[in-house]
Amino acid sequence: MTEPVLSIKNLVVEFPFRNDVFRAVNGVSFDIMPGEVVGVVGESGAGKSMTGSAVIGLIEPPGHIASGEIRLKGERIDNLPEEAKAKLRGRRIGMVFQDPLTSLNPLYTIGEQLIETIRTHLPLNEAEARQKAIDLLTEAGIPKAAERMESYPHQFSGGMRQRVVIALAIAAEPELIIADEPTSALDVSVQAQIIKVLKKLCANHGAAVMLITHDMGVIAQTADRMVVMHQGTVVETGTVGDIIRRPQEPYTIKLINSIPTIQRQAGDVTPEEAANDDGAYVQVKHLVRDFEIGGGGFLKLLPGKVEMFRAVNDVSFAIEKGKTFGLVGESGSGKSTCAKMIVGLLRPSSGQITVDGHDIWAGGAGHRERRKRVQMIFQDPYASLNPRWRVADIIAEPMRTLGIARNRTEVDHRVAELLTRVRLDPSVMRKFPHEFSGGQRQRIAIARALSSQPEFIVCDEPTSALDVSVQAQVLDLMQELQDEFGLTYLLISHNLAVVRQMSSAVGVLHNGVLVEKGPTDAIFDNPQADYTKMLLDAVPDISRVA
Amino acid sequence: MTDLPHSPEQPVVAAKTSRWKTFLRSDIVWSYRHSPVTIVASIVALVLILMAVLAPWIAPYNPFNPATLNLMDGFTAPNSNSLGGRYFIFGTDNQGRDVLSTIMYGSRVSLFVGFSATLFAMVMGVGLGLVAGYLGGIWDAIIMRVADVQLSFPAILIALLIFGVARGLIPPNQQEGAAIWVLILAIGLANWAQFARTVRGATMVERQKDYVSAARILGVNPFIILLRHVLPNVMGPVLVIGTIGLALAIIEEATLSYLGVGVPPTQPSLGTLIRIGQQFLFSGEWWILLFPAVTLVLLALSVNLLGDWLRDALNPKLR
Repeated sequence: MTEPVLSIKNLVVEFPFRNDVFRAVNGVSFDIMPGEVVGVVGESGAGKSMTGSAVIGLIEPPGHIASGEIRLKGERIDNLPEEAKAKLRGRRIGMVFQDPLTSLNPLYTIGEQLIETIRTHLPLNEAEARQKAIDLLTEAGIPKAAERMESYPHQFSGGMRQRVVIALAIAAEPELIIADEPTSALDVSVQAQIIKVLKKLCANHGAAVMLITHDMGVIAQTADRMVVMHQGTVVETGTVGDIIRRPQEPYTIKLINSIPTIQRQAGDVTPEEAANDDGAYVQVKHLVRDFEIGGGGFLKLLPGKVEMFRAVNDVSFAIEKGKTFGLVGESGSGKSTCAKMIVGLLRPSSGQITVDGHDIWAGGAGHRERRKRVQMIFQDPYASLNPRWRVADIIAEPMRTLGIARNRTEVDHRVAELLTRVRLDPSVMRKFPHEFSGGQRQRIAIARALSSQPEFIVCDEPTSALDVSVQAQVLDLMQELQDEFGLTYLLISHNLAVVRQMSSAVGVLHNGVLVEKGPTDAIFDNPQADYTKMLLDAVPDISRVA
Repeated sequence: MTDLPHSPEQPVVAAKTSRWKTFLRSDIVWSYRHSPVTIVASIVALVLILMAVLAPWIAPYNPFNPATLNLMDGFTAPNSNSLGGRYFIFGTDNQGRDVLSTIMYGSRVSLFVGFSATLFAMVMGVGLGLVAGYLGGIWDAIIMRVADVQLSFPAILIALLIFGVARGLIPPNQQEGAAIWVLILAIGLANWAQFARTVRGATMVERQKDYVSAARILGVNPFIILLRHVLPNVMGPVLVIGTIGLALAIIEEATLSYLGVGVPPTQPSLGTLIRIGQQFLFSGEWWILLFPAVTLVLLALSVNLLGDWLRDALNPKLR
């Protein structure tokens, strides 16, 4: 029997607080065999990253390993002195972090960083190390690696930078790579390439991988086995195919069921396509937005040519009343700029937006009509609620501003009703936002949006900051509210599965241009534009388990 | 919905006690209780402030009532009886005024000027900072360039300049009464830029947040957004510079008064007392200078230490 590369037994990580001890990791055990890719999956707070930090010995004090043992090739490493642990890092355990921007030193060229790492760990001279660095970069898929050695990290895109980080992690030929959310900061199309690079490099160099992620889709396409974690404990361990197709534990079953997929689901009915766009409730016609590039302030007064950047370029679509239109795109595609123009935060450079027949950018009248009808739900539930306000005041603000309810009892009554609608206890209205979890905050944000009795709600990435199981609840809630009030949604998301589940029609944005639009099933089952095809191929989806 | 308990009195009482308990359990109270330096500084500051505020009631003598002054008491050494037979713990000055009492009345003037000037600087700086940060563009450029010019001069120079101009404008017979207000204006105008800079930065961060966007979508008046949404979220750093600014303002007031351009001698502040005292330092009457100087140092130091603690307590990342 071969010896596991990494063996964790009954690991407990504790954080002492003033009056309390918090167990971030509580009795975790699993093994990783040589050359194996093990996915550690879980929602936020599951203790998955903390397990990774424990293995490399980088737990932030006052946190510490309270009990249990960690063995690397049979040799105990959790109780080694600090210098010995430092020697392991990079040499025997490589690391890939989430944010490629901060894991490279911006002041050194990537060549310097690679050569330094290689020479610290391997007995090579300058020239040999340089050659090895170039080989690694080539292997990681960086074109013209020899030339790019002299480049600084900021001269690379996010995906390219993450390739460099992977090359750096593998440079000293470690036995184990710990990749903590290696693709979460990247766009879908780039994510797919990075997963391939990570898998290929580790296979070539015989390194085992501990892949920590919240994204089951990534695990499905990458890992051999997976460990499902929840609240500091291991819920289930098994091969990826087994767990995804036949989950055993209730938590895993719930988790798998709440993951939306880009495949058509059995129960779905295909919505009918609207024949005529002219009668639609929301119409966006030839929308354009330019931004000036360069400094502001007094610089603007200087004569000279102003450079323009076109963020949104001639975008047109229509949304039927009571339906959901999904707008899909990667970062920088202009989808949030579109949202801002539709809700009235940003004036379009040209084009027209009408809601219920009113041109919302046509002076004071359009402005008033828009305020009554349009609302928005934001991505980050931590930033969208004023931390100094009580929940009751947050939800009441739209009513008070628009004069829907003025006296206190009436406002309180309506706030309580809205809280019940979003499945929260009305007694929470005297609390402050920080007392709630992300999902609960998003419910409060939805209650605020509903408070002005709008007909049209723009949802900008409403669930991307949430865990999958919470995402499922919020999406269900949005669906129910739509049925109940006949709401019209514009759903903006980079998550294709969410869009597929929620919308009846879809538009695909790429570099400010709407490359394709149509009924959801037509776009997903039979994409026409090359970009859409590429995007759909790139999505890691749990239905694609190897 | 109708079964909601909504009696108006009960929840208010409950909220009050629980708010007090929450406060006692909060991080800020915890960090206060675990910082001995801060506890000592706050006690010193509190004693000095109480002494100043309560001076008319607790001071042993009224040093500004000529009727109680006796030249026979002049130059009494500390902790001794004067020729007139009265006891003075900190001694007396050349005119027979009790040094302890003059310090108490003097700190009163110093603290009044310090607090008022800081408040003035705070209101002006926070207001302009909010406008600059929220409106941006040309308003931001104008306000912040003025602040930059302001910051490139030493504060004391600006205060002297304003003081000089005010002296030229105000008729001589009103100068004595106006002096203290001119001093407040001068110190306030010299210090607003710090507040404006900090608030502008914080406002630019808050302006980008979605809760501000949510209010803008509703068409809430920008003035209301600034006042009700942005202001409460930028007050943390303002309190910190406010505290440190208070110590600064007290020292600036002392400097101006020492230079003889501050408050009139009939209403001496700590700075004035130090100026008076230095005349007698080399003739052996050290106490006239030493006690006011020590009080000034203690006051500025304790307030500064409180400001430092507040900064650390509100900004855990710095630790």
